[in-house]
Amino acid sequence: MDQFTLNLIVVGATFALYIGIAIWARAGTTADYYAASRGVNPVINGAATAADWMSAASFISMAGLIAFVGYDNSTFLMGWTGGYVLLALLLAPYLRKFGRFTVPEFIGDRFYSTTARIVAVVCLLVISITYVIGQMTGAGVAFSRFLEVQNTTGLLIASTVVFIYAVLGGMKGITYTQLAQYCVLITAYTIPAVFISLQLTGNPVPPLGLFSTHAESGLPLLTKLDQVLTELGFHDYTGHHGSTLNMVLFTMSLMVGTAGLPHVIIRFFTVPRVADARRSAGWALVFIALLYLTAPAVGAMAKLNILTTIYPDGTAEEPIRYDDKPDWMLNWEQTGLLAFEDKNEDGRLQYYNDASEEFASVAEARGWEGNEIVTFNRDILVLANPEIAQLPGWVLALIAAGGLAAALSTAAGLLLAISSAISHDLLKSVFMPRITDRQELMAARVSMAFAIVLATYLGMNPPGFAAQVVALAFGLAAATLFPALMMGIFSKKMNTQGAVAGMLVGLIATLLYIFTYLGWFFIPGTNMLPNTPDHWLFGISPLSFGAVGAILNFAAAIVVMKLTAPPPERIQELVESIRVPRGASGAIDH
Amino acid sequence: MSIDRSAAAYWKANIRVITICLAIWALVSIGFGIVFRPLLAMLPITIGGTDLGFWFAQQGSILTFIALIFYYTWYMNRLDREYGVDEQE
Repeated sequence: MDQFTLNLIVVGATFALYIGIAIWARAGTTADYYAASRGVNPVINGAATAADWMSAASFISMAGLIAFVGYDNSTFLMGWTGGYVLLALLLAPYLRKFGRFTVPEFIGDRFYSTTARIVAVVCLLVISITYVIGQMTGAGVAFSRFLEVQNTTGLLIASTVVFIYAVLGGMKGITYTQLAQYCVLITAYTIPAVFISLQLTGNPVPPLGLFSTHAESGLPLLTKLDQVLTELGFHDYTGHHGSTLNMVLFTMSLMVGTAGLPHVIIRFFTVPRVADARRSAGWALVFIALLYLTAPAVGAMAKLNILTTIYPDGTAEEPIRYDDKPDWMLNWEQTGLLAFEDKNEDGRLQYYNDASEEFASVAEARGWEGNEIVTFNRDILVLANPEIAQLPGWVLALIAAGGLAAALSTAAGLLLAISSAISHDLLKSVFMPRITDRQELMAARVSMAFAIVLATYLGMNPPGFAAQVVALAFGLAAATLFPALMMGIFSKKMNTQGAVAGMLVGLIATLLYIFTYLGWFFIPGTNMLPNTPDHWLFGISPLSFGAVGAILNFAAAIVVMKLTAPPPERIQELVESIRVPRGASGAIDH
Repeated sequence: MSIDRSAAAYWKANIRVITICLAIWALVSIGFGIVFRPLLAMLPITIGGTDLGFWFAQQGSILTFIALIFYYTWYMNRLDREYGVDEQE
């Protein structure tokens, strides 16, 4: 059986499973649709949250993201996991106790103001829509890569599958498909990782392998990697080369941003009790860590493996001949993710850092005329792993299914956050408060369909800022929703005016800072200052600004609060009541 | 004198444990993983050919985060019962 048929069978089987689950978990009420009737086991919710959280980018790109930069990109590892501590300690249990369906609903009720609720809806829509574009394009790319179809066709297949299970099942359907998707993606990620770790270090556990001995050289794996990289003119892997301030701020932005993402927060509305919300955040992080502890190991090992394949006799000797390169390099050359060019026409493949001035003399002395791997896509480190480790074809098919599972599960979670903000926060609460539960359920399904069409359209015609989208979404979540939610719980005196002022200041400051350096609405050429460290305010990168935006939000909210009237007595009592777990199960119906 | 079992005392105890947990949270990631890495590198400890700070940045912080959440969950469940604010079955 050829690889294509195998991919089709495995991916087809997983899709059939997702749709089967959706039919089994049809939503009958709005409580089903928005919060799976708060009947989800906390461990299952943890796995669903992990799938909801880990996108196609986590699955396919994370290992490469770390491997191509080294230590400095540890920010992603700490940032994307540290947010769960904030969620578990500061938000999830209290929002679950409050017992509503959406994030803007909490903000509207706590700050006794429709204005606050609408500002929160605007923030939510900006965050979730920018985020979902990346997921839809990611799904399109994954499809085209694995199933050899056009990007657009792939995107349409992905939309159709999400449409079926999200419209039918709502949160209930999404929860159980996400559980299945988690199982698919973690299996697909782990199998090739175990084999490459065994091959390089003899240790079957990749995170342990990362810190053990490289079997071939007898040196610690990371020492060997540092050595090979510096011998080729690159930075060492374990060293710190960037700005410490930006590393700190970027990590903080990702942490706070993670805790402020609405599609993650609403997952904690589905568990039965407050104590479950705390525990579930712990399980979510366990399931996420299984991938996030493996990813840096996969990245470092795959990188070292590729380097030693190119320089089989060490970097002091000549690299391999073009004609001797392994089959997997040929296969991925056809996809365009790898490209070679024999610049000095010696029939050999020189890979080194031709941007390094110190290394230029070495290269010249050896007759090298430039780096000959002209395209080296970082996704290769995950995608080519099964072939590098010479695993059977079904493992590659599983990687295809895993990449798609990661993209679909995140897209579905985001679409639910978007559609419930429209049907519950705008229609039901502002425009058509008289609709019945059945009508609202219908409205939720229609908004979901609308959100999917919008996301598909944007995925087909990405507004040219797909790469910056993640930074924008995290920056805004950190600067708008997280501070508002936290102050709503931890400050009894915080009032409407303070919360609205804080969210607006956070939103506007963050957007302005990002647009100043990356262009208005990311349109190239419209940036007012060049995006270089010399021009950044205090040297703060626009990608790291979310943490600063959050501080501005807190500061503005506190100043305005001091100048305006305190919240009414009943709101202070409401805050008292969400601070204690007792009575949470009574809050199911409202 | 009896122990204060009021809602205010419960909240104070909660804020205390949150503060401790978040101090550890920041120490292992921003601290050991980034800012204090050069200091940790002076210790005569190496792990897999590199220094302790690198390990904290790539693994240690994540493992600590998991431990912190489960510790907080355990602590709060106990606190909820002591103050009589737990959820009855």
